[in-house]
Amino acid sequence: MNSELNREIILENATNPVNREIVLDPSYIKVNSNNESCIDNIDLYIKFKDNKIEDLKFYGEACAISTASTSIMTKLLVNKTLEEVNIICDKFNDLVNHNENDFSCLDEAIAFSEIYKQSNRRHCALLPWIGIKKAIEEYINRIP
Amino acid sequence: MLDVRKDFPMLKQDLIYFDNAATTLKPQCVIDAMSDYYENYSANAHRGDYDISYKVDIAVSNAREKIKKLINARFNEEIIFTSGATEALNDIVNGFFKNILDSQDEVLITQSEHASNILPWFKLSALNKCQIRNIELDKDYKVTINNVIKAITPNTKVISLAHITNVIGDIRPIKEICKIAHEKNIFVIVDASQSIPHMKVDVLDLDVDFLVFAAHKMCGPTGLGILYGKKELLEHLEPINLGGGMNESFDSPMEIKLKSLPYRLEAGTQNIAGIIGLSKAIDYLLNIGFENINKYEKELRDYLIEKMSKLNHIDIINYNSDSGIIAFNIKGVFSQDVAYYLNKYNVCVRAGNHCAKILKQAIGDTNSVRISLYFYNTKKEIDDVIELLADLDKIRKEMI
Repeated sequence: MNSELNREIILENATNPVNREIVLDPSYIKVNSNNESCIDNIDLYIKFKDNKIEDLKFYGEACAISTASTSIMTKLLVNKTLEEVNIICDKFNDLVNHNENDFSCLDEAIAFSEIYKQSNRRHCALLPWIGIKKAIEEYINRIP
Repeated sequence: MLDVRKDFPMLKQDLIYFDNAATTLKPQCVIDAMSDYYENYSANAHRGDYDISYKVDIAVSNAREKIKKLINARFNEEIIFTSGATEALNDIVNGFFKNILDSQDEVLITQSEHASNILPWFKLSALNKCQIRNIELDKDYKVTINNVIKAITPNTKVISLAHITNVIGDIRPIKEICKIAHEKNIFVIVDASQSIPHMKVDVLDLDVDFLVFAAHKMCGPTGLGILYGKKELLEHLEPINLGGGMNESFDSPMEIKLKSLPYRLEAGTQNIAGIIGLSKAIDYLLNIGFENINKYEKELRDYLIEKMSKLNHIDIINYNSDSGIIAFNIKGVFSQDVAYYLNKYNVCVRAGNHCAKILKQAIGDTNSVRISLYFYNTKKEIDDVIELLADLDKIRKEMI
């Protein structure tokens, strides 16, 4: 994927993010993800069912990179099993940190393949992905 | 324009540094003075058995005298070296007020204070040692005397404010506040970190009870702050840190004798290089003259506001700012993205809440972009930044 297309995908998701809404339904797990070093602050709302993510929404205040990353993540992870989510999260982490891996399952998220060049923005891209891992942990802990 | 840019090694880089409220650049003379200490007389203080240690004692004592004169304190003992303004404020809250306030006593602050002037009070309040009340801000987010008077109750014991705030940049009427406060036996604490670098601050004229500031915001080194207090109050400030350099004798837990002021509040080896650096920074600033600094910064500020207010896509939060601090937002662009965009052109500005996290309750905007000017900035730099900010399409395209 070329740089210009990557930029377009990120800008489109930053400007018109999908799945951006506050969820009040208590069947969703809410986790907050924020950066200690900056001002990105995102709430994720995740509905788990039968070891899968059934629905995923987010709301908050964040920079273009964080917002785009979250929007793309919400599209990518719905209907994925927890095992799949973990694999995708790890691969995204590798992508952002410029580690070698097979990134074919990342779909649109591959738009962040050049973010490693801006080291001060890697954490912006990773923010929601860290949040989703927290949510999975919380979900597993809730299982009796 | 002041002829000072050659004095700052950092300005040899292709860099526009507009984050002076966070920290300021250091002139070569300050760097040299600190290097000279490390290279030529790198000994500890109070070890006067040999020449170079004596030289350190003299340097530290001269620095204290210089700071006393700078803020017009009465005695050298009223100047305490700390690790920063934050430590100084924590010392005041925990070493003095924690011992004299009780659960019904009120501390007045504002919503535009820096975290360092809020969190120590929050913690004291959580221990049920005081109540915290806000002085209402006016439509320009400023503190007016009327609102101070309105906020005072019979339980008010302390007013703790920044002299100039680090987001709104307003200069508080400290002298008038002290006058009213003292008539009602209320203590006044002032964080002068954003004022001392830019203007003459006279503690006797203001009549503040305590005042703190940071060296690094006035061309000095990081890791050093000053705690000023009226001597009769400092005598009752209990040291938070105990150790070497501050005790006279100790034989048992019940028999600890402390030194007199200022030493009993300066436990451990002090930041000697920092103190020497600050001393040189004060010489440097006085040589330029605070009137010249202040006048030039006002000129820069007016120039920036004039240019910026012509851009319709920019909302200036503190249009009527009294200082070189200008907070703004670009419509539809997150503040951090603006900072990242400017960074691509080597422009340093701050985005965020600037450690004033409860200010959002007052101004509505959670975050903003902040430009803070100092005397080495130029109109040409402002022109360059305005040109970058003028093109909204370019910002949107290049913000990632």
